[in-house]
Amino acid sequence: MDKLLIADRQFSSRLFIGTGKFSSNEVMARAIEQSGSEMVTVALRRVDIENENDDMLGAIDRERYLLLPNTSGARDGDEAVRLARLARSASGINWVKLEVTPDPYYLLPDATETLKATKVLVDDGFVVLPYINADPILAKKLQDAGAATVMPLASPIGSNQGLKTRSAIEIIIDQATVPVVVDAGLGLPSHAAEAMEMGADAVLVNTAIATAEDPCQMANAFRLAVEAGRMGYLARGAGESKQANASSPLTGFLRDA
Amino acid sequence: MAPVTTQPGDIKSILAEKGLDRDDPRLVGLLDGVKAADVERALAEPCGRYSFSRLLTLISPAAADFLEPMARQARDLTVQRFGRTIQLYAPLYVSNYCINSCRYCGYNQGHNYPRRRLTIDEAIADADVIAAEGFRHILLVSGEDPKFITADYLCELAGRLGANFSSISVEIYSMSEPDYAKLFAAGIDGVTLYQETYDRGTYGEHHPAGPKSDYDRRLESPDRFASAGMRRIGIGALLGLGNWRTETLAMGEHAAYLMKKYWRSQVSFSFPRIRQAHEVRDEFVRPVSDRDLVQMMLALRLCFADAGIVLSTRENADLRDNLTPLCVTKMSAGSKTSPGGYTGESATKQFEIADNRSPAQIAEMIKASGAEPVWKDWDAAFSQQRG
Repeated sequence: MDKLLIADRQFSSRLFIGTGKFSSNEVMARAIEQSGSEMVTVALRRVDIENENDDMLGAIDRERYLLLPNTSGARDGDEAVRLARLARSASGINWVKLEVTPDPYYLLPDATETLKATKVLVDDGFVVLPYINADPILAKKLQDAGAATVMPLASPIGSNQGLKTRSAIEIIIDQATVPVVVDAGLGLPSHAAEAMEMGADAVLVNTAIATAEDPCQMANAFRLAVEAGRMGYLARGAGESKQANASSPLTGFLRDA
Repeated sequence: MAPVTTQPGDIKSILAEKGLDRDDPRLVGLLDGVKAADVERALAEPCGRYSFSRLLTLISPAAADFLEPMARQARDLTVQRFGRTIQLYAPLYVSNYCINSCRYCGYNQGHNYPRRRLTIDEAIADADVIAAEGFRHILLVSGEDPKFITADYLCELAGRLGANFSSISVEIYSMSEPDYAKLFAAGIDGVTLYQETYDRGTYGEHHPAGPKSDYDRRLESPDRFASAGMRRIGIGALLGLGNWRTETLAMGEHAAYLMKKYWRSQVSFSFPRIRQAHEVRDEFVRPVSDRDLVQMMLALRLCFADAGIVLSTRENADLRDNLTPLCVTKMSAGSKTSPGGYTGESATKQFEIADNRSPAQIAEMIKASGAEPVWKDWDAAFSQQRG
């Protein structure tokens, strides 16, 4: 499959994995392996980032996977910036998945605080991957502010509802100059395939894999779906038509013209 | 009883309007009027959204015959929203001095026993034991006596605990908003405060004297600490005082109100059943059975998909093992309920715990149930003071 470039790093896999909600670190490690992913996001709140013996971090092979710390739990931009900086000074990682979610129930991202924090973190040398609502104008502003990707949500996080924001994500994909990673709400492999067929550059999946009865098999299914979706996009499908195409065209008489 | 002064939309008027702040026969009538078909309809609705009538249906006597399908939905919803994880915390009792007279509590000021308040160094010694067991979330617990436990004491302790703990919460007496703001600024990010009972009459009987006798001040405590910025709001009723079904309805209304008004904070429910305590007679207890407790937990989960559900060591090992996979998100383990209890059993306990297993054993039990025991799910860096 064609490579994905984010900042200065190439990825062969277009499936990114979240690490929450797994029944154990062993199951998580096996599921990551099956997913073929090369980028794994970890909530800073869940780990001791400075501790090499941390249970969860210890289960993620840093040689194989880029560890993408996220700021899950931050209520405002200042908290997210503080968390990202502490994580960088403890771990040396300067990539951050920026999550500013003031409402602890639906965990929807705060547009203004996310934009503010992106500017601060980019100026401070971070590679910033912001989690956002599917808002095309916000995506442009983040891009202008130096975000490395935009990560619009498909539907509320953990909801498994699929691409409820499809039409807005289509606009973002159409207009973006940075990679578009569809994040949150993809509940089935077919949802991921749909996002990739639309032209998303990558998807991020957590709940659908972690809470499946068989997370490893589900991770594998998402891997295949993402690959199939990407190939389908690259092959430029014939596209659907609302109407049947008449086999006797109305303008057939012009053939001799 | 003095007439209640309320503002439209405040929690006092919400409870008063629905009859939830008193023993209102209308509610019993409504609960008894729920039919099996109503429960079936409620279980066919989208799961996890609150309405008063939905909770009323699910907490009704008729719904008691539907615990199995309720449990299945609650389990699936909890896995979807919280994953296969259970977060662990430990309580640290810092003082058993108390000027209140709660009839059900071992710390009642009328009870004659040696009182103790830990010095900051003694509290840190206990906390070190807790940290060594693996905990990163700690809950500071205290009786009410401003001579011994003040906001300044808790702030100083929080400052010293910061090095070892990712999240510090308190379960203490009702404070003023400025005092809660001080605690928040010192890195304390959650407060648990039970109304004990939402029924004013019952409340008055059980809290005859002391500052806690003021029902309204207690009811409005979550407003004060949520306004002060606290991220975690714990509420609950002490089970065994009032009618557990109507208490559940009041908890639901209280939670819905808090979630809408303080939308940046997460609400958790606790289900403390009255336990045996020093010098406490229990002839007043209105028993809440295991079945009742389960119905209460499930009904609230099926109305509040994202609320925390807390299970303490008040419950015995067997019941805790069986409740864990249903809808629980947070558990205490290895709890000592007396000040200094982690470094030596010297002072009187608030109540007797029923699950004496070690934190390591509880973690194993969680793993055996198919979930990950989570010791750390927060970070000191969120707090300006501590980050």
